[in-house]
Amino acid sequence: MRILEGEGVTKYFGGLAAVSDVDFHVDQGEVVGLIGPNGAGKTTLFNLISAALVPKPGVIRFKGEKITGLKPYKICRMGVARTFQSVKVFGNMPVLQNVLLGSLFGMSPGMSSADAAREATELLEFVGLSAVRATPAKDLTLANQKRLEVAGALATKPELLMLDELMAGLTPTEVAQGMELVTRIRDKGITIVMIEHVMKAIMSVCDRIIVLHHGEKIAEGTPKEITTSKTVIEVYLGE
Amino acid sequence: MNITTFTSKKFWVPGLLLVILVALVTLPIYGSLYNVILATSILMYIILAVSWALFSGSTGYMSLATAAFFGVGIYASALLLPATGQVLPLLVVVVLGGLVSSIVALGVGALTLRLRGIYFAIFTFGLVVLILELLNWWEHTVIHIRGRFVMLVDNDVIFYVMLAIFILLMLTTYFIKRSKFGLALQSIGENEEAAAHRGINVTLVKVITFAISAFFMGAAGTVWATKLTYIDPYVAFNPLFSFMPVLMAIFGGMGLIYGPVIGAGIFAYLQETLQTEFPEVYMLIFGIVLVAAILYLPNGLVGLIPRLIRRWRKGGLKQQHADT
Repeated sequence: MRILEGEGVTKYFGGLAAVSDVDFHVDQGEVVGLIGPNGAGKTTLFNLISAALVPKPGVIRFKGEKITGLKPYKICRMGVARTFQSVKVFGNMPVLQNVLLGSLFGMSPGMSSADAAREATELLEFVGLSAVRATPAKDLTLANQKRLEVAGALATKPELLMLDELMAGLTPTEVAQGMELVTRIRDKGITIVMIEHVMKAIMSVCDRIIVLHHGEKIAEGTPKEITTSKTVIEVYLGE
Repeated sequence: MNITTFTSKKFWVPGLLLVILVALVTLPIYGSLYNVILATSILMYIILAVSWALFSGSTGYMSLATAAFFGVGIYASALLLPATGQVLPLLVVVVLGGLVSSIVALGVGALTLRLRGIYFAIFTFGLVVLILELLNWWEHTVIHIRGRFVMLVDNDVIFYVMLAIFILLMLTTYFIKRSKFGLALQSIGENEEAAAHRGINVTLVKVITFAISAFFMGAAGTVWATKLTYIDPYVAFNPLFSFMPVLMAIFGGMGLIYGPVIGAGIFAYLQETLQTEFPEVYMLIFGIVLVAAILYLPNGLVGLIPRLIRRWRKGGLKQQHADT
């Protein structure tokens, strides 16, 4: 079943087409990688899906329902959560509160605070941050802030999780931990779309990869197909 | 050590609050008339500073519309409690003044809360000037009125109504900060975009908070008008009431609930006494105090307290660090 699909998704910034006429789809339970050189339009596409931006023209559907034009909080409550390329945590709030926020306002806003607290504690355990639950988020290392952001996004109980460069700036050990985390999230039955530059990560965890270049989709396929695709190699390495 | 400080705090805070409350409620009995009037004006400034901080302190949106909401309250009094005979009872007018301010805030908020940073500040300040000039033109050229008089109200009554608004405001602030709504508010101040993507209807939360804070500003203005007795647009919409609460809240420190209270309290008292004791150099002394406070107390007066405590029992703190 298609959980997410886009038709002719386009976004201009002035005269520049950041994303131009992109068709894409994501199946339920898949891990889809979104790659491409800098400025290819990957983050813009993420912003279009999560409604930080509105496509013009183009339509995006989530579980068959049109979501273009909705407010970000509505899309979150429908079951789409995301993280940001530049980590966005609530710096002065303790780690636990960061996650609690998602439980309280996400997919099931009517939840009692005791249930929300229990759930947030479980999620901290899931991402391995139980030891720092009372620390203000800004005092965490980058890797831990990224995990916290993932926990906070998971707290909204998404069916689709979008990760924007989860591995960027992490050490090889942390990247390995990050990949393991992505796999465990998928095992929970959550569909994942991830933007990534760390090729090792994307090749090993993704079922399918979409390649963007200058705002256009130039290739799509299994990791193996992508690594052998002539167009992709040209884009990354030049002719 | 942690447990003992916790339990003693549990006794101390409500105890202290009770003592302050009793002292305030009985002030008209033991204090002079001057004290009651002074306390009323200090309370008025505290209400403005706390309600300003309730919205601007937590969301980070610098509002300079305080004078507009305060002025709307003042005009509610001018229209409904004229010296020629009051239309409605005082308390009803106070609530009405607050409600009208809230409604203005709802409209203005829905229109402008998409503006960020300096643009929001400028717009809100523009609102004050706009209302002021519009009203001035209306009174001068359309209905030909020069100034209005508000009925006289007993000073003790003014004081008690102001005190009641203050207590209600403190309770509201306390419960908001502890609630789910307060958590959402704080998250908006920390990172609005992330908050929106966690399922928070950021616009709604901001507009509601803006309206709540405007309610208290308007209510305070309504009572204040009975103390002013003479009102024209320049008195009611004095831009100074937009800037003073900001200075007071920053002076006191916005990190804690009682920061703006202490800031506004000391600030207003200082202003009042310096003005009577040293009328020639009052602004000079006032300015120096303010500059020193901003330079040396980045977290305001309340930021000083933990620093002093830390210095006072350095040994105990080291022990705590060893524990964690």
